[in-house]
Amino acid sequence: MSFVVAENIFQSYGRRPILERVNVTVDEGEFISIVGASGCGKSTFLRLLLAQERPTRGEIRIAGAEPAREPGLDRGVVFQKYSVFPHMTVRQNIVAGESFRTRWGALFGAERKAAMTRADETLTRIGLDHVADQYPSTLSGGMQQRLAIGQALAAKPRVLLLDEPFGALDPGTRLSMHDFLQDLRAETGMTVFMVTHDLEEGFKLGDRVLVFDKPRWDPTDPNAYGATITYDFDARDGGIPFQRITEETNVLRPS
Amino acid sequence: MRFINRHPGVVSRTALVVLPFALLFIAYALGSEARLAVNPSDKLMPSPAKIAETAQRLLTEPDRRSEKILFWHDTWASLLRLLLGVGISATLAVIFGLLIGLLPYVRATLAGFIAVVSMIPPLAVLPILFIVFGLGELSKVVLIIVGILPFLIRDLSARVLELPREMIVKAETLGASSLVIALRVALPQILPRLIQAVRLSLGPAWLFLIAAEAIASEQGLGYRIFLVRRFLAMDVILTYVIWITLLAFLMDLALRQLSRRAFPWSEAGL
Repeated sequence: MSFVVAENIFQSYGRRPILERVNVTVDEGEFISIVGASGCGKSTFLRLLLAQERPTRGEIRIAGAEPAREPGLDRGVVFQKYSVFPHMTVRQNIVAGESFRTRWGALFGAERKAAMTRADETLTRIGLDHVADQYPSTLSGGMQQRLAIGQALAAKPRVLLLDEPFGALDPGTRLSMHDFLQDLRAETGMTVFMVTHDLEEGFKLGDRVLVFDKPRWDPTDPNAYGATITYDFDARDGGIPFQRITEETNVLRPS
Repeated sequence: MRFINRHPGVVSRTALVVLPFALLFIAYALGSEARLAVNPSDKLMPSPAKIAETAQRLLTEPDRRSEKILFWHDTWASLLRLLLGVGISATLAVIFGLLIGLLPYVRATLAGFIAVVSMIPPLAVLPILFIVFGLGELSKVVLIIVGILPFLIRDLSARVLELPREMIVKAETLGASSLVIALRVALPQILPRLIQAVRLSLGPAWLFLIAAEAIASEQGLGYRIFLVRRFLAMDVILTYVIWITLLAFLMDLALRQLSRRAFPWSEAGL
């Protein structure tokens, strides 16, 4: 059964349409890369998935649940910036992934100890155990993003949403973050949506690559029409299609 | 080399810091000497030695009638009013700043109201405060609150609104309720700003305190200054002014140190 279903999504800000007729279904455990030119609704679509905004029309369901009205525990997110809490140490940031859902946002006694131990395990796994007591501002950009991903995973979300998570990193760090993300994914089998500007990154990491673009274009009024998913590539097997015996072509049919 | 790239060394920096103070002192000493040379009983500019002598008398000798050292008595009375006023304002400002910054309904209700209220000149409502709250301690504390609370609320709510939306959304995806976001995300991050804002509002707070004490009071630093004005006792007035300046400076310094110690994470921006 499809895990994430977006049905006939329209989104417009005021009179300006951003997205139109977006339909997509995603299976559990798939890694979806979302690419497209600037201003064609990639990030808007991610915000809709996150339930930070609600679509003008249509609905998004995760695991058959009612469309969410606000961001919640089932969706984890990592932004390009500001994804960790600057006033907490690295370890506290990971613990926050478990403690924020409680009434006062903090754990006490034995629970707290257990959460700390789990946090230390997570930190060892993401390679940040040597800076556990430092504040995020002392970390490099790559380490901050690793921390942000670790924190999002500590909350055990059903879907992980990444909004250009490696956009601000240098190429070397970016490559090591790819390895890191692929390892984590192999471990957790998480469903991931990642918005990126980098086509190569999108094809390298994703199982599918969704391309957002405007199918109709009015030269006298570029904002007249919204964008939709114009291509849905199968990015497995190095992007070469038809390498498996049974394979559904991810070619869009006009709906 | 350009002037903007020339920096003083340690010794010359210290000398430069001391320089304006020394110049002021010398100018005063010369002026006072010139006046006293013409008229030895001149009261307007007592000599530095006279001021030191007066200061020593004020700091150590008890008043004949009440048998209290009035200087410390005044200091204590004024500080109590000031700390009460600033403390209550800071507490209320944190609560309202968080509410206005985080909750759109409260923001819609109160933001415009506070913007208008903050334009009321506090000293203009002082008579009302005296009429409503009487001439006791309450009206003085309330004047300080009326004077600095709107500024503090506006500053802190603006700071809460400046928190990156991403950070709030991230907290939401970790399952945080509005209360948890307020207590664990917003509150710790506005505390350094609160200290900055309190430092800035200490000046106005002193102003309102002295004004209230000058008009109706029985003790306090401002009261004493305006009382001895009638006898043209410049040596007493100057002692009190120097003392008030010193107190205000020390408070500012203490707050700055507190901010540095308590919030090491805020030193470098993320």
